[in-house]
Amino acid sequence: MDKKLEKIVQVLQNKFGGTVEEFRDEAHVFVKIDQIVEALTLLRDKHEFELLSTLTVVDYWPQMSPRFHVIYQLTSLAQNLSVQLRVPVNGDQPKVPTATRVYQVANWREREAWDMFGIQFDGHPDPRRILLPDDQEGHPLRKDFPLGYEEPQFSFNFDEIDLRKPYAKE
Amino acid sequence: MPQLEEVSLDSIKHLVSERALTGETMLLNMGPQHPSTHGVLRLLLELDGEIVVNCIPDIGFLHTGIEKNMEAKTYQKAEVMSDRLDYMNTIGNNLAYVMAVEKLIDVDVPPRAQAIRVILTELQRIASHLVWLGTSGLDLAAMSVFLYCFREREAILDIAELCSGQRMMTTYFRPGGLWRDVPVEFESAVRDFIKIFPQRVDEYEKLLTKNPLFLDRVLGIGKLSGADALQYGVTGPNLRASGVDWDLRKARPYSGYEQYQFTVPVLKEGDIYARYLVRIQEMRESLKIVEQALNKLPMGPVRSENRKFVPPPRSEIGVNMESLIHHFKLWTEGFPAPKASIYSAVESPRGELALYLEGDGGPKPYRIHWRTPSFDNLAVLPLISKGHLVADLVAIIGSIDIVLGDIDR
Repeated sequence: MDKKLEKIVQVLQNKFGGTVEEFRDEAHVFVKIDQIVEALTLLRDKHEFELLSTLTVVDYWPQMSPRFHVIYQLTSLAQNLSVQLRVPVNGDQPKVPTATRVYQVANWREREAWDMFGIQFDGHPDPRRILLPDDQEGHPLRKDFPLGYEEPQFSFNFDEIDLRKPYAKE
Repeated sequence: MPQLEEVSLDSIKHLVSERALTGETMLLNMGPQHPSTHGVLRLLLELDGEIVVNCIPDIGFLHTGIEKNMEAKTYQKAEVMSDRLDYMNTIGNNLAYVMAVEKLIDVDVPPRAQAIRVILTELQRIASHLVWLGTSGLDLAAMSVFLYCFREREAILDIAELCSGQRMMTTYFRPGGLWRDVPVEFESAVRDFIKIFPQRVDEYEKLLTKNPLFLDRVLGIGKLSGADALQYGVTGPNLRASGVDWDLRKARPYSGYEQYQFTVPVLKEGDIYARYLVRIQEMRESLKIVEQALNKLPMGPVRSENRKFVPPPRSEIGVNMESLIHHFKLWTEGFPAPKASIYSAVESPRGELALYLEGDGGPKPYRIHWRTPSFDNLAVLPLISKGHLVADLVAIIGSIDIVLGDIDR
């Protein structure tokens, strides 16, 4: 790991006490759910992490609990460094405080996380779905959401399957 | 005949001003079928006369669930879908994908493959900028620029076809190298392009750069400050036109970019004209990279020799038992990737194109997240279009160079 990055990870660890994972020179720092906004603010104001590159979620159902990890990938242009914060979130009514007040870019990325994983962001200014239609049921990137496919119709079972097709009937 | 539902403002009440609720300002729907939105982008506009008070982008019309689909396929098979994201930068998407996979499984790429990757990616960058120049020119009624740009783009797509057999959906880069070596005609085709292209850029510039009709529409319109750009996660030429010098090819060189001499154009103004000038300059710089890479294109293999991840050549399969087993294993089961996650970013024509890729020890990715630059670049549109005319909004959308396939995934 880079020397400068090591120092920043040390600061985060002293302050928030989470574990650190390292893989291929990347640092992943675990942060508790109620400290994430504070951690992001600290990184932005004190350590020049100007850019929140992305915000995404991984679902570890059913093998891990808590089930979700919310991932904050931060970039510092001034120091040319990257660091990743991970927040474990329980699957039962998942709720995370919003990062929009620290990084505006979190607005759409959090809407996407709500859309795809059903994670609520407390205090989000615009908590609507973003990519999927408003009447969509479920959150498709969760691991318990089936991939889905279309049943192929053959001449011998065409009508039978046609009855089950979802398209509108007059 | 189904009953039309009463349209309600409730769900977007927090996004429009008070005046929209009393009916003082007008809500107007622009898109998704609108030529100037460069795809299927819908904008809900709140207008005071012809002035944009609020602009609410509505995306997702092109959502194809690529991230979910990729989780169900092996690493080799999932690559085919990466072309379909950003259809103006297909080769660049392949590069982002294969580099992420290579980082996860730790495979080295031979220098010849790296150089060919750079040549093709930079040519694709030029092609992408040409489409941007042509279509955003068309938005401002500059018809002829469009025709010229597509003429040169065709030459680049021909080179892609020469290498991979496909003009757009190439899937030419594979984890560990390339699908196969470039054909013998490759070098002369690229040299021809290098010879004609500088004059052609001069030609576009003659049509636009000092054209008073063009300048009237672009100077001081859609201003974005560097601090705002970073807050909103804007990257790429849009960020560099706002005075922030950040290019991943320079800052974190990958695929051998550190060997080539090129400058990163940066301008302070942050308006449409600055974005135009930055992209024009980038085309010239990309051409320099292509020329240098072609001049010192090393000989040698184009695929890694690591047989646990990279399939053996066809000629070996008939004579070597090991190769046959590897071939069989790789194409039926796929290769296993470690149970870990990586984040790998490249500089696409639109900005930071990155993948969050997680393996679970098996042959399929556990989670792929595409950090697509257009998604964040579009999110800044409400901020920079406020207070401008609807006609200027069209120019602004053109200038931030969005690709809806990139946004909706």
